[in-house]
Amino acid sequence: MFSASTEAAEVVLSSGWFLEHAYIIPLIPAVAFALIIFFGKKMPLKGSEFGILSMFGALAMSAGAAYQWIQRVNGAPEEAFIKPVIKTWTWWQNDGISLGIGQHIDGLSIAILVVVAFISSLVQIYSTEYLHGDRRYTHFFASLTLFSAGMLNMVIAENMIQLILGWELMGLCSFMLIGHWWEEGANSRAALKAFFTTRTGDIGLLVGTSVLFFSANEWTQKTLGVSGFSIRGLSAWALSGDPGHAAITVGAVALFIAAIGKSGQFPLHTWLPDAMAGPTPVSSLLHSSTMVVAGVFLVARLYPVFFEGMNILGTSLNFIVLIGGVTIVIAAALAFVQTDIKKVLAYSTVSQLGYMMMGLGAGAWLPAVFHIFTHAFFKACLFLGAGSISHSASHHSFDMKKDMGGLRKFMPVTFSTWIISTLALCGVFPFSGFFSKDEIIDNVGHNGYTFFMIIGLSGAFLTAAYMTRATYLTFFGEPRGAAAGEHHEEEHGHDAHAAHDDHGHDDHGHDSHDAHAHDSHDDHGSHGPRESGLIITVPLVILATLAIGSGFLNAAPFGHSWENFKKWVEPRPEVVAVTDVAHTTGGAGEVRIAAGSTDTTIPEDHSAPADEAVMSESETATEDTVAHGEVTAVAGEEDSAHGEEAAAGHSTKSAEGEAHHESPCGSETPEGGVCYAPQLHHAPFKWSKAGLSMIIVFAGMLLSWLLCVQLYDRKNKKLVGLTQRNKLLGAGYSFLENKYYLDTLYEKIIVRSIAHPISRGAYWFNQNVLDGIVNGAGICTKTVAGWVYRNVDQKLVDGAVNGAGTTAENAGGALQPVQSGKVNQYGALLFGAAAIGALVLVIINF
Amino acid sequence: MLLNQFLMLGAVLFCIGVYGVIVRKNAVLVLMSIELILNSVNINLLAFSLRNGNADGHTFALYVIAVAAAEVGVGLAMVLLMYRNRRSVGLDELSEMKG
Repeated sequence: MFSASTEAAEVVLSSGWFLEHAYIIPLIPAVAFALIIFFGKKMPLKGSEFGILSMFGALAMSAGAAYQWIQRVNGAPEEAFIKPVIKTWTWWQNDGISLGIGQHIDGLSIAILVVVAFISSLVQIYSTEYLHGDRRYTHFFASLTLFSAGMLNMVIAENMIQLILGWELMGLCSFMLIGHWWEEGANSRAALKAFFTTRTGDIGLLVGTSVLFFSANEWTQKTLGVSGFSIRGLSAWALSGDPGHAAITVGAVALFIAAIGKSGQFPLHTWLPDAMAGPTPVSSLLHSSTMVVAGVFLVARLYPVFFEGMNILGTSLNFIVLIGGVTIVIAAALAFVQTDIKKVLAYSTVSQLGYMMMGLGAGAWLPAVFHIFTHAFFKACLFLGAGSISHSASHHSFDMKKDMGGLRKFMPVTFSTWIISTLALCGVFPFSGFFSKDEIIDNVGHNGYTFFMIIGLSGAFLTAAYMTRATYLTFFGEPRGAAAGEHHEEEHGHDAHAAHDDHGHDDHGHDSHDAHAHDSHDDHGSHGPRESGLIITVPLVILATLAIGSGFLNAAPFGHSWENFKKWVEPRPEVVAVTDVAHTTGGAGEVRIAAGSTDTTIPEDHSAPADEAVMSESETATEDTVAHGEVTAVAGEEDSAHGEEAAAGHSTKSAEGEAHHESPCGSETPEGGVCYAPQLHHAPFKWSKAGLSMIIVFAGMLLSWLLCVQLYDRKNKKLVGLTQRNKLLGAGYSFLENKYYLDTLYEKIIVRSIAHPISRGAYWFNQNVLDGIVNGAGICTKTVAGWVYRNVDQKLVDGAVNGAGTTAENAGGALQPVQSGKVNQYGALLFGAAAIGALVLVIINF
Repeated sequence: MLLNQFLMLGAVLFCIGVYGVIVRKNAVLVLMSIELILNSVNINLLAFSLRNGNADGHTFALYVIAVAAAEVGVGLAMVLLMYRNRRSVGLDELSEMKG
């Protein structure tokens, strides 16, 4: 049965409890959510203990799973396909269609699991201080925990339906958390806007999933024995050569529209800056590091579908790369005109998400995923830093121009973590952003998207410039407004907590802020800015450490041995033979692979063959339903740079290692097996390219710094008010300030142009057609009625009616007690009658 | 087949619902009881749909859910108006329909 593979070196992929039971990870916060909802208010810490403990639990399990995954990868040959750990249980089944729920654990899910669990834990700890005394404290933790459950569930999703489940849970929690202080109109409007805008994109998710299901289901059932919703099935199908061009393109475009909505890409990015109306920990967790990367994650997860649908390596322009590139530049430009520190960070997030999308669109899968990873740490740190400033230094204002400045002396910890994260964001050499962002830019250029490489570089310039501006306004110069200890009589900033007015006013007319001030915070007016407490600074320090350190997980400049993230996370492009017991006769399990392939055989469990389908708990595909044969692999050749290094000392490879033949997992149909990942190229690292981008970044910083000093510090007469004097600059400024008029377009033009004609048409129809009919009918009726009244009614009917009336009156008198007017009694009579009717039916049928 | 258990569950839910409709005096609780009745019907539909192996029952159940949502909308609106007019949602006080 296993003729060709008997002599092959058998490699047992290690696994472990944490990997096999990764599905528990999202269940922990889900259970905690229920506990918080039911018992939270009665607990000593108002429910936050459940949230924090559950996140620690999820983090511990993710770390365990990550450790075991690394073991699994390290134990396998260099180029071998690492089988993901997949489990499915039947969730819903009818008429031949069954939906599963389970887990699909591979490098990508592991990486995102760790990030989400880690940042959720830190943010929950931070929130215990930041939202101390909030009136909906328990609810806040409940939503935060439910969000984590949704995100973790999406990350481990085994099929598209499970992914959508997590996706929508996140959308709901995002809505609840943005509108956490819904008493203020602006907050609830922002929440609605976020919800509706992402919903617009979500239509694409449903359409794309359905299109792919109906095109792929037949193939996946036949070949792999999994449904057309399964992520693995879809990946293999996309690379199999089976899909028609139209189907996969439509599916990919529709799914990408969902990613546009969720990840704040160009036409639908408008919700993300408004979402900053939520409490800062929410912005930090949902709207910078985790939820908004869901769209990027979707593209990375179903990469083969997009790879084929968008023809990623075959063109120099496709939908994804275009949207990503446009987003980078327009969002970065918008960050310059913001005075709100959180909005600067929000546009920066949009712009960074653009990098990730552009990377994915140009075939730089690994750098894009690595950028998700590093960006999560430094952007969460920046947001928490902004929260720390508003919490302790600027009286809950986020206005950089009015209420900040000179804070570096007062908040040394916040300042240094901010600087580290800013350098990481700008991509300065030893910090983590450098290793991911520069890789994206490099690889985009390497894959033939030269124009977008230039866009990426100019994006890096803009990033450096606007972050320098924000840093200058916040930490340098003279303290202004609240940072200088001044009072503001009026509310300012969207975080101004009008929600807490019920906590009473103090003498300063400074009511709402004191509501959640901590212990020594009572005399709000009297103290100047100072450093936040440990509960806030410790998460900042941890995140800042990771903003430096996480880049070294994949430090390409130091050589192949440093590229651990690549080794652990990137799916290996390899043809994996699937031998299908159920559908092959005779030579079942025969290895359909070109002779001479001596590589890896991943032994399978050959136990009871056919009847697992009935079992409720069955691991799909490779374990049970399908591959009771074996999975044999032809090691795909890595492309140039690492190929040589990899091959050295790898004797098994030499058998078919004659030079660099094209990997089978390209855009052609793989022979004798399936592929789960396309063959991608990696740009070799060159210091010259990195040096160029470093120069660009430093130029951006320097230029911006000089401008800031002139504008804000020296108040240079030539520069201040330039936008008012120069018409062209003024027009550009107001164009940016109005956010390219996109909101106007959506609300005033699109919504009106659709809603208004409809209502006007309906009004006209109502006035002319319906009223005409009604009036005409009325006149007719009146004429007829007059005749009938005179002839029929008076003479013929009245007699009968009077007679009937007398009868009815008598009968009514008899039945009057039944009409008690009590609804319950009527209900009882109704059900009693129905019961009698049912009895009669039963008796008759016997 | 688990059909019996499904039907038993449906019947029990139905009885609880009917009991609620007859005994409860609070309009909101009566509405909730009606929901129970509708959902017991849903369970029956799904049970038979599973047994017969076609999706008709599921489809019907979806319709029932949609109709139930509409019904709750109308019902709660009525309850709200009742409350506005008489500051109470007790059904026993609503005996103006008495003949």
